[in-house]
Amino acid sequence: MTTPLPPPKKKDPVKRTRQPTLPTANRSREAQGLTAMAAAGRFGLQVCADCDTVQYPPRQICGNCLSDALEWRDVPDAGTLLAETTLQHSNDLFFRDRLPWRLGVVRMDAGPSVVAHLAEDCQHGQRVRLSLDLDRSGHAVMTARPEAPDANQEDDLQLREMAIDPKNRRVLIVDGKTTLGLALAKAFADAGAREIYVGYAQPWKASASLETARSIKGVTLFPLDVTDTDSVRELASLIGAKVEILVNNSHHVRMGGVIDRFDLNTSRDELEIHYHGLMRLAGTFGPVMRARGADGTHGAGAWVNVLSAYALVNNPDFGTYAASQAAALSLSHCLRAELAAGGIRVVNAFTGPLEDEWHQMVPPPKLEPAMVARRIVDALKTGREDVPIGAVAEEMIARLAENPKEMERAIRL
Amino acid sequence: MAGGRRGYDGVAVCAPVTVPYVRHSIRSAHWFCGRALAALIERAGVKKHDVDGMCVSSFTLAPDTAVGLTQHLGVSPRWLDHIPMGGASGVVALRRAARAVQAGDAGIVACIAGDTNHVDSFRRTVASFSQFANDAVYPYGSGGPNASFAFLTDHYMREFGAKREDFGKLCIAQRDNALQNQNALMKRPLTLDAYLKARPIAEPLRLFDCVMPCAGAEAFLVMPVDRADALGLPYVTIEATIERHNAFPDDPIQIRGGWAVDCDDFYDMAGCGPDEIDFVQAYDDYPVICFMQIEDLGFCAKGEAPAFVRKHDLTAGGDFPFNTSGGQLSAGQAGAAGGSLGLVEAIRQLTDETLGAVVENARRGLVSCFGMINYDRGLCTSAAILARATA
Repeated sequence: MTTPLPPPKKKDPVKRTRQPTLPTANRSREAQGLTAMAAAGRFGLQVCADCDTVQYPPRQICGNCLSDALEWRDVPDAGTLLAETTLQHSNDLFFRDRLPWRLGVVRMDAGPSVVAHLAEDCQHGQRVRLSLDLDRSGHAVMTARPEAPDANQEDDLQLREMAIDPKNRRVLIVDGKTTLGLALAKAFADAGAREIYVGYAQPWKASASLETARSIKGVTLFPLDVTDTDSVRELASLIGAKVEILVNNSHHVRMGGVIDRFDLNTSRDELEIHYHGLMRLAGTFGPVMRARGADGTHGAGAWVNVLSAYALVNNPDFGTYAASQAAALSLSHCLRAELAAGGIRVVNAFTGPLEDEWHQMVPPPKLEPAMVARRIVDALKTGREDVPIGAVAEEMIARLAENPKEMERAIRL
Repeated sequence: MAGGRRGYDGVAVCAPVTVPYVRHSIRSAHWFCGRALAALIERAGVKKHDVDGMCVSSFTLAPDTAVGLTQHLGVSPRWLDHIPMGGASGVVALRRAARAVQAGDAGIVACIAGDTNHVDSFRRTVASFSQFANDAVYPYGSGGPNASFAFLTDHYMREFGAKREDFGKLCIAQRDNALQNQNALMKRPLTLDAYLKARPIAEPLRLFDCVMPCAGAEAFLVMPVDRADALGLPYVTIEATIERHNAFPDDPIQIRGGWAVDCDDFYDMAGCGPDEIDFVQAYDDYPVICFMQIEDLGFCAKGEAPAFVRKHDLTAGGDFPFNTSGGQLSAGQAGAAGGSLGLVEAIRQLTDETLGAVVENARRGLVSCFGMINYDRGLCTSAAILARATA
């Protein structure tokens, strides 16, 4: 039974804030295959194409037949917990701050024995399921959970270092006026977020969705215009030190390409919102989030960018929009590297077309905002980093991995 | 001879040398290895250049190996080896050196195992120990060997019914032995109560289950018997040796080591059985591995070491003298020298040069080595049976 985690107490401003430390990031190139699996929420190991032996730890030569044809494949995640220990001592600062720490050896049904972090409710000899999770250094680690996990698992202090569970955390949703912004506020409220700060631009304009947002438990509304540095800075000075999860969902969707709609003003707006907007948020909220990466049991944990899957390949019907999304995606990788020192995870959600007025001309399937919001919350709970949302985005990413040229040619509606 | 193993006729092992252990040192591994060589030639009464073979084991020589050490120490050996097998290196060095001497590739081989221990060097060693450890062990709590042996101990206890008291009995007997060894770092007796209540480190392991890293060196010489006679050096002979790496890879978790593969061969080669062994020097960074060695080297069946330990007295004066200098658990673990501690002690016991507790009438001793937890288990095992030279 996982010990329930009490909500955080009001912070004593005189007390020192625990500084972020990270578990070791020293990995071989082969081991980064595990990181790719974890980032995508998959459980896969190297399997020999010649003899089907499952390999672990990762390597370049099959430990059975010496073939070099090792492929990353999804493998069964079940196993038996053979041995365990509770560390009361560690050589590493990150773990020293978090002792005691439980570990086990799991014999996988697929073959290998693995060292894994243990969920609190794992019992010796028990059947367990393994997952690949990103730790605070951003690298993959194995975690074992009982086959039937208990209800409080999101309170497990060890698991909370792998996932960024919204329960009892404070969340900023950058744009609350859109249907997606509203859905996000609801989804985070459902996930037990302690406070939900919702930004909205153009405060002089009445908006029905803002009235709905106001009625959601824990929501406070704040004026926020990501195209205005002063506005962003002002909000950061008000609530920056409280934001534990930031969701940048600001979007400006217009159809048109470069010849068919030669319009620099639209393009500038897109860049202002998607690219410079992200930069303004990063420059003002980023530093304090990075510094609060280890602030108690509910410290700052994640930065979510809601991007279009067109960031990965340009759809000429949304040509300049896609280009600005690609710029934002590239900047997110820079942000990810800079936030890494605080153990803050940058989650990129790649959505297909939403069911809204700006995608009127796009054929189905289109995404319901409530579903997108739930998937983003799930990604935080399960600790994923790159999250395709919806069939369109999933297919696009799979086809890009297989043959990017085919995707580029085929994307025209 | 089983497996076509040839004997070590005409080979003498002598000049047991210890560079005294210190908890921390500002000296380098080169210093400890160099002082060991100096002690060897002084003990043997030979000149530096008479030592024409050298075999080195060390974790902290980096970026150097045995090669760099030749220039540092100004030696020009015609036979050189570097054995990166940690705790298994002692017997492995012995058997390599013995063959070199037998074949005439070297006249006198100095086998040296030494390491320094700066305040932070142990953490650095375990933080980058092997590719598999970097990728699949160290990111999990960074407990180093404590965590790895905690798994093996936890599993062994559940599988075979070993109790903490059983491990405690072994640790206490070794401490008793150590109290007579001036080089041992642990100077106070250990009680069962203190053992059981010690600070938990990686459960079920507590403080006195874990070796203390330190700096120091162990060394000995291998040469032809007639050379040792000419130098007037007391020596031991080698009756049998074995070596095995990555044995039983299909075991889900380690319950045995490579000794079990070659145990029958081992005693066939020595022409004796386990009941004719007068003392055992086993690798002991954690007590569970001693239990496995007692089983895998034929003193009892698998899983029966707890009962065996309950039944026997493991002190030097007891009916199963075990790690008679105190072992690493009480003398300290001087890095790779831990793999030669038991071997050097065995030479001392069989040449009446012991620094501490004496095993009366010892004619034949068994030395067993274990090393290198590359991922989830120790990969390297070796063992030797040494005999008192008959005049």
